[in-house]
Amino acid sequence: MNWSVISSMRLEVLLTLMILYQLIADLSEKENKRSVINFTIFFFAVITIIGWLPSTNANLFGSMYIQDELRVLLKNILNISTLIVLLQSTGWLNKSGNQSKTGAFYLLIFSTLMGMYFMISGGDFLMLYLGLELATLPLTILAAFDKGIRRSAEAGIKLLMSSAVSSAVLLFGLSLMYGVYGTLHFSEMALLTDVSTVSIVALIFFIAGLGFKLSLVPFHLWTADVYEGAPLPITSYFSVVSKGAALFTLMLVLYRIFGNQSKEWTLSAYFLAISSMVIGNLFALRQKNLKRFMAFSSITQAGFMMLGFVNSDALGMTTVIYFMLIYSLSNLAVFGVLSIVTNATGKESMDDFNGFYATNPRLSLVLLLALFSLAGIPPVAGFFGKFFLFTAAASKGMYVLVFIAVINATVSLYYYLLVVKAMFMNKNETPIPYLFSSWQEKAAFSICFAGIVLIGFFSLVYNYVQYTVG
Amino acid sequence: MNPLLLLLLIPLITAACIALAKDTKQVRLVSAIGMSVQLLLAIALLFLFYKERNGGNTEDMLFVSSTMWYESFNIQLKFGVDGISVSMILLTAIVTFAGIFASWQVESLSKEFFISLVILATGVFGFFISLDLFTMFLFYEMAVIPMYLLIGIWGSGPKEYSAMKLTLMLMGGSALLLVGLLGIYMNSAPDGGQLTFDLTEIAKVHIPLAAQLFFFPFTFIGFGILGALFPFHTWSPDGHASAPTAVSMLHAGVLMKLGGYGCFRVAMYLLPEAAHELAWIFIILTSISVVYGAFGAIWQKDLKYINAYSSVSHCGLVLFALLMMNETATTGAILQMISHGLMTALFFALIGMIYGRTHTRMINEMGGLMKVIPFLSVVYVIAGLASLGLPGLSGFVAEMTIFVGSFQHTDTFHRVATIVACSSIVITAVYILRVVGTLLLGPITNNHYLELKDAQWFEKLSTVTLVSAIAIIGLTPFWLSDLIREPLAHMIQNLTNL
Repeated sequence: MNWSVISSMRLEVLLTLMILYQLIADLSEKENKRSVINFTIFFFAVITIIGWLPSTNANLFGSMYIQDELRVLLKNILNISTLIVLLQSTGWLNKSGNQSKTGAFYLLIFSTLMGMYFMISGGDFLMLYLGLELATLPLTILAAFDKGIRRSAEAGIKLLMSSAVSSAVLLFGLSLMYGVYGTLHFSEMALLTDVSTVSIVALIFFIAGLGFKLSLVPFHLWTADVYEGAPLPITSYFSVVSKGAALFTLMLVLYRIFGNQSKEWTLSAYFLAISSMVIGNLFALRQKNLKRFMAFSSITQAGFMMLGFVNSDALGMTTVIYFMLIYSLSNLAVFGVLSIVTNATGKESMDDFNGFYATNPRLSLVLLLALFSLAGIPPVAGFFGKFFLFTAAASKGMYVLVFIAVINATVSLYYYLLVVKAMFMNKNETPIPYLFSSWQEKAAFSICFAGIVLIGFFSLVYNYVQYTVG
Repeated sequence: MNPLLLLLLIPLITAACIALAKDTKQVRLVSAIGMSVQLLLAIALLFLFYKERNGGNTEDMLFVSSTMWYESFNIQLKFGVDGISVSMILLTAIVTFAGIFASWQVESLSKEFFISLVILATGVFGFFISLDLFTMFLFYEMAVIPMYLLIGIWGSGPKEYSAMKLTLMLMGGSALLLVGLLGIYMNSAPDGGQLTFDLTEIAKVHIPLAAQLFFFPFTFIGFGILGALFPFHTWSPDGHASAPTAVSMLHAGVLMKLGGYGCFRVAMYLLPEAAHELAWIFIILTSISVVYGAFGAIWQKDLKYINAYSSVSHCGLVLFALLMMNETATTGAILQMISHGLMTALFFALIGMIYGRTHTRMINEMGGLMKVIPFLSVVYVIAGLASLGLPGLSGFVAEMTIFVGSFQHTDTFHRVATIVACSSIVITAVYILRVVGTLLLGPITNNHYLELKDAQWFEKLSTVTLVSAIAIIGLTPFWLSDLIREPLAHMIQNLTNL
């Protein structure tokens, strides 16, 4: 252990310190956890900022752990999203009854984040699998966090079961891979170029395993129930951070290791994209509960992400990361508004948002922009993200796929506009009263808002992603 | 600094100032000032353009400025204008100006209303000055989406339904368009080299015929949906009928022109061979549009529906003339866009004003309005006459040029299509005269109408602006047709020299 190792693993080291701090802070018997919450947010903000400092590439522990500019960027994107989730969760944590859970909540959240770091930085399938399990198991506890509520318990069990199945599928794929290649080391596997039936089957099992985490159709069946049952901050963590980590891992493995089998995995991406977009859209059309609504919306968005995977060049990778960044900020803005409303009133149905603009103009505008961004309406960032994804697919001549995707984007516009319609057009006798947002929530909105509005206009962000992809 | 950028900056600054305004009065004042400045700027642009041209600048596009935006996709912020875009910008500025005054009485959520209206206008201005397909597409969608809020919140009748229908159909159109544009982009460098979204660059390369044939329908129909191409016009009557006055004005007057302009400048100009090969399909469709729209207008009893169907017919004529692909007909097409833009805006403004007084838009419930609101009625007659193509008003100039151009084709197919389209002139006369007869003349049907007040100053300002523009084009059409003909000559050459 020397300084260069620590500096290239600084995120993991700092996060470990954070987890230790949570253990110690939880010992205190004080009823009021406000200072712990504030300090945690401050500490994590510092970690997020430190993540952006320049770092050196490293291959540690016999290439079990890889750190390079791309991986740092991916972790930073996860960090930003997690920071926003933490800011937004303060309202929920401050509610009476939840205060005692603060320590456990943070401990579990940071453990999963640690797992995600190792998923991204893993240089070996074993390390990747360890990270994946660490990122998944605490999430099942988090999903069942409202232990008195049946729905929440149900969500926890459902997630546990489907995670177990997906892990089994993934492990089966890995074992086949070991059989074919005789190694699980990325650097060695990338050198082996033979493609056989078994290796293709192994690859498909691997994609299926991560497809569960990404809630791609047909591996999506857990999504809606878990999103609906879990407490809101956890749902938003699922839909953004957990999904992001799975996406990034899948991307790194496919592009960096299985580049020679790109014909096979672009084909599966092709079909996963179509099925996820279509099924996600069809189910989202009729949802009245906004958490379920966001669940199906996120399935559709995952389908859009698969569009980038159709392009096995650097362009595909760049557009996927860029889209994920924009998707995270937009989705978190939506969840931020939902969590403020749910915390104050307990309402989460679309009809409850009737007349929302009259009482909460600012929150409505944030929600409007975020939904437009998800739907891909210019000039907000979502438009750029989608356009570039479509370009990536079109550059491989997949015009039919692009056509299906743009039609789906139009269909998705319909249900996003339903929320807009509720807020701006529908009348309501008893609208949701004016809601006060705390400084943490305001800070979270500011980050999301700035991101949604500015990312598209400044090509800098895209260029940076492109540069790190190399 | 490039004067074209001001066309984007002023609406944005106006929108920002509206957001800061304290009450409805200030909101109106700010929007009126902003759009007046914009109108002056558009007129100034016209003179600057003449000055450059007379100074011997023979470039295709003037005031060109380009900044690299997304280097890896070669997306540029490239702006520039030729005679066609200058005239479209002028049209947009006039209609927006009139639209602000026509919506003077919007009280509920006035701030949001005017901001959405100004953003819509920004999108349109941006579209007309863009020389890059990406920014063009961006501004196109930016112009469409505020419509949803504008119709859904401030509209009338089944407004939510109409707003959703309009938005989804237009966004469906832009979905097709996106595929077309990406196809053009991917084929913009058939000999290898850097792909580009730059319109002027793509016009120079020869896109392979197979690609042209595949992407032409996407691009043409994509833009055509906004141009109310049959059978994709169904959003237009419902949307226009439910929209508030200024929105109908802007939408029928300006936004539908984005369709015609895009069909010509993008679909036909960049994919010329496919345009030749496939023109027959679209000539048939547009001929149907022209006649069907006119017949549709006859059956309707609601003033706004009449005008909406008449717009389908007139915009169909624009696309029809463009597909004739000769200089005279296409000049007529652009003239028709401007002429129709002005008079349909005038119609919708008047309908809004009449509705505000009588609270009905059904022609059989009204009568004798000439006696109680003579100013508005006279203007209505003028608009009607312009619409049925009376010499001395803009409609005549446009339709005359179109049909003269269409008859230059000597083959049977074009002849028949032209004769079919020509018949719409008669049908137009029927519905216009019928409306004028029942609505304005005859006995007063309702005693309540005796108390109606004639136009107020802002209504007069709005209508007089539009009437004078119609008359100016009708009486002295040559400055405008020369302005349009000059870039067209070059573009048509591109279309015919294959």
